[in-house]
Amino acid sequence: MIRAVLVMNTQGKPRLAKFYEFLPVEKQQEIIRNVFAVLCSRPEHVSNFVDAESFFGPDARLVYKHFATLYFVFIFDGSENELAMLDLIQVFVETLDKCFRNVCELDVVFNYSKMHTILDEIIFGGQVLETSSTEVMKAVEEISKLEAASSAINLVPKSVSSWRSR
Amino acid sequence: PNLRFSNSDLDHSIHPLRNSIRLNFPANTIIMNPFSSGTRLRDMIRAIRACKTAAEERGVVRKECAAIRASINENDQDYRHRNMAKLMFIHMLGYPTHFGQMECLKLIASPGFPEKRIGYLGLMLLLDERQEVLMLVTNSLKQDLNHTNQYIVGLALCALGNICSAEMARDLAPVVERLLQFRDPNIRKKWKSTSLRAFKKLTSSKAGCIALCSNVSCHVTVREKHHGVLITGVQLCTDLCKTSTEALEHIRKIRCTKDANEGCKPVTADAQAVQRHRATILECVKDLDASIRKRALELVYVLANETNVKPLVKELVDYLEVSYLEELVHIRKLIKPLCFGVF
Repeated sequence: MIRAVLVMNTQGKPRLAKFYEFLPVEKQQEIIRNVFAVLCSRPEHVSNFVDAESFFGPDARLVYKHFATLYFVFIFDGSENELAMLDLIQVFVETLDKCFRNVCELDVVFNYSKMHTILDEIIFGGQVLETSSTEVMKAVEEISKLEAASSAINLVPKSVSSWRSR
Repeated sequence: PNLRFSNSDLDHSIHPLRNSIRLNFPANTIIMNPFSSGTRLRDMIRAIRACKTAAEERGVVRKECAAIRASINENDQDYRHRNMAKLMFIHMLGYPTHFGQMECLKLIASPGFPEKRIGYLGLMLLLDERQEVLMLVTNSLKQDLNHTNQYIVGLALCALGNICSAEMARDLAPVVERLLQFRDPNIRKKWKSTSLRAFKKLTSSKAGCIALCSNVSCHVTVREKHHGVLITGVQLCTDLCKTSTEALEHIRKIRCTKDANEGCKPVTADAQAVQRHRATILECVKDLDASIRKRALELVYVLANETNVKPLVKELVDYLEVSYLEELVHIRKLIKPLCFGVF
């Protein structure tokens, strides 16, 4: 089971934090800080797999991938295959790229709710739901169309429509 | 594919009018439109990003939270959506956001899809199973699970699967079960998977509908071809068997037939069917997909009892000779306790 998905930038600011089990807010923030401490000290060409037991509890492993200014981190337990998790990060990022066209960190910052939608199509309750980025894109597009359709009828503040237009 | 992450800086491309206003204020001032009751989401994010110190950031967040609180007190309909989006962002940074929980509920109860969506998203992020507020959501969830629009049903299922308390599980179990049977084929595979997952949560909260869940999981695993659903179904069976002996007996009594392509089905202890079903399960153990194989092995282990262990172990040993390397260890680990435990 996947226990958490974190996206943070190279300065340690969280861009997405989703925990699949109950943790109080302080613990969540502590975990984010610890993960950043581990990641920023890792040199370029070492393994992408890290043991996460010291800050996440027993049977926790962590896999991360570094893209430009972002770290994508998946924390999971022994029942998941590590290489499959690495591949899942790739699926997630590819889907983001398809969705935002040449995605960059700012897209992630200003559209975090869309990121959540995409992530919820891929991982559900800690289990992998879908591994094909085309399928995920289809579902996300349907949801965006639905939002666009209903919002056209209601009066919505401008900020929401600009967020939606992506 | 070559994924280029470009670091474009949106802050340079602002409207000229606002550009001149900005010159008179420090970078982290939130620009207030006198005609709206609050700032835009993007502006809040920009203001927070422009802060150079933690203290500045705290100040900005405090001001925003005060504005959101005021808006909540006035029961402001139009900006509820935006306030929730801001609250989720602030929550991610680590600040307390409990005052926004009732807003989630109000958003979930509204008829529009965007409001529901952000309400459910907020629910999953800001609340957790232990909050009493969750009880109030049950009714909205029930309505949404019965909604005609499949995406709204999906939203509700998703939320249910991620945060579900024992009482909610009890109330909503029959609705979720019904959903497994009547979904539109296009997205059926996804919703079956999500509802299976929701069920897993239900049983782990010991909601007392174990027989119901066993029925459902067998029902689904018999017909289901989709990979993700299958794994969840088998996992559910295995977990059920592990946690409850009555579930184990129940699953043992259910007959299932094998699907041609892939399927790992629970086995019955009936004498006549034992031969056929053993073959079925052992075929699943040889399935192409590694995770199905692993789950099938676990199921074999759990289902073994005095009557069938001898032939089961014999077949496993035969399989050892031809199985993939990584499973040798796994199978050996299973065979040993099977032999010692049962005899």
